[in-house]
Amino acid sequence: MRNACIAALYDLAGRDPKILALVADNGAIVYDRYRKDYPGRFINFGIAEANMISVAAGLAACGKVPFAYTIAGFLTMRAYEQIRDDICLQRMNVKLVGIGAGFAYSDLGPTHHTVEDLALMRILPGMTIFAPCDPQEARKVTFAASEIDGPVYIRLATGGSPKVYETDRPFEVGKAVTLHKGDDMTIVTTGHIVPEVLAAVRELENEGIQIRVLHYPTVKPFDEAALLEAAEQTGPILTVEEHSIFGGLGSIVSEVLAENGCGVVCKRMGLRDRFPAGYGSYGWMKEHNGLSSRQIISSVRSLMECPSGSTS
Amino acid sequence: MADGQTCELRLSETIMPQSTLESPTRQALIEELQGFAAEMRRNIFRTICLGGGGHLPACFSIVEILTVLYRRILRVNPVDPKNPDRDRFLLSKGHAAVALYTILAEMGFLDAALLETYGHSGTILGGHPDMHKLSGVEASTGALGHGFPFSVGMALAGKMDHKSYRTFVVLGDGECQEGSIWEAAMFAAQQGLDNLTAILDYNKLQALDRLDSIVSLEPLAEKWRSFGWSVCEVDGHDIPSLLNTFGRIPFEPGKPNLVVAHTIKGKGISFMENVPIWHYRLPNPEEMRTACRDLGMDELMTGKRE
Repeated sequence: MRNACIAALYDLAGRDPKILALVADNGAIVYDRYRKDYPGRFINFGIAEANMISVAAGLAACGKVPFAYTIAGFLTMRAYEQIRDDICLQRMNVKLVGIGAGFAYSDLGPTHHTVEDLALMRILPGMTIFAPCDPQEARKVTFAASEIDGPVYIRLATGGSPKVYETDRPFEVGKAVTLHKGDDMTIVTTGHIVPEVLAAVRELENEGIQIRVLHYPTVKPFDEAALLEAAEQTGPILTVEEHSIFGGLGSIVSEVLAENGCGVVCKRMGLRDRFPAGYGSYGWMKEHNGLSSRQIISSVRSLMECPSGSTS
Repeated sequence: MADGQTCELRLSETIMPQSTLESPTRQALIEELQGFAAEMRRNIFRTICLGGGGHLPACFSIVEILTVLYRRILRVNPVDPKNPDRDRFLLSKGHAAVALYTILAEMGFLDAALLETYGHSGTILGGHPDMHKLSGVEASTGALGHGFPFSVGMALAGKMDHKSYRTFVVLGDGECQEGSIWEAAMFAAQQGLDNLTAILDYNKLQALDRLDSIVSLEPLAEKWRSFGWSVCEVDGHDIPSLLNTFGRIPFEPGKPNLVVAHTIKGKGISFMENVPIWHYRLPNPEEMRTACRDLGMDELMTGKRE
């Protein structure tokens, strides 16, 4: 999905000279075509994320549309105050592209994993957040980001993400997508953990259990209506995110359910007050950190057996 | 380049304030600017004391710098404050906001009556400037180490678009303890931003003490030179020197410009000059009388803030 985002950026650059690609010494091969065709609109800041973000804000103040790209954690945490003060407070039209979010950089360890970014970005006023689930969606959110006049954070995995959508599907900002129909229960999810969720749901389907999968490619603004409809129609909600359960999707869903007095149980899957553990393949990391399809199935079963949620 | 020429024409026709186009004799000009600076100090003092708080000494150290920039150097126009070809000025040391407010009021960007609201609840003149509320404010600064890289982005955009506008930014010396300043310094030099001029207000004091007893910046000019900047040192209160220095920009083609302005924190009030404790403190009634005498103004009637 990273490559799809950069390919979209290349296309955008072709039609709008205001578009700039900013990197902090990354994108060695993936930006080659862009660099060759738009050398004056590719700026490498070196390993200096804070500077990249403040400079991006200054560029935007003069009419440029910078897409600042680097590893999600370095982008959202090293430069957090710059994002808050220089981009959000000043309402600058800067797009932030965070790659390797969650633990997509599986064996690089916890310094390179990012399970805090949704929480950090969503509390910033005016920030739009996209977390696409596959390459097609990554392309569409990149185009959508360029049409928003204001800050946008795009949360991505790395290259080689599997397809979720088999056919072309229109993307609408701020709308949740039902990826699987069902009325027995709902899984609310977002971003590149979606294939894992769908694998779990298909296995449960073989047993006759129909789980609704509500995917949020736009995390902010959050589509409350889709969630409330699901809560009413299916009862219990399980949230699955490659992120801390604090502050991210699980928190948003809990807040919306509570504020609307829904009275349905919501169980959150994600990292529970700990850093991502272990070094291994991405698949192994998901298993080792409690987010494999097997573990999702197990959470679904316990929630369905005890819808009051008392077992958790 | 055709675009560039059109832009030059428009600049001289519409952006340059009429007053700066007149060319009085040099001595008369210097005296006018000195008088302007003295009045600006009185306005700052009045605004902060009546408002009940602010960074007086940090404002006083940049009075002559702002005077020369706004009266003679910057191509800005209060009637057309968003003109894309205007020069940009940023106050990276945002805590000297009142100095900026007073000169923006004097230049016609802000209504002078607004200064009387400073320090009162509901005012749009905060302790740090707000770009969305105030005409002529290019960036909302306050957190140190932000305005400078922001200005680098503005200068870079100008280079990319072959614009003739210039970007000026005033940095605090204590602010240079922030790492983001040096990230931006390296980057600006790498990009060859000779359209960028940073003025470093080197008053050698920070909130608690002298810089050199906390975290020294020395050798300061050498540091910036080694980072690829063209550096000029100047007495930051000497108007003729400031005029000469800003008149020589760019100092060297292809290099960003740094003016190390040697200043006195609290300049103009005898007991405040070079005394760290005044960083954020107001004079008592006795001190107030002395300060007014030093500044050549009538005593202030201060009361409780609303």
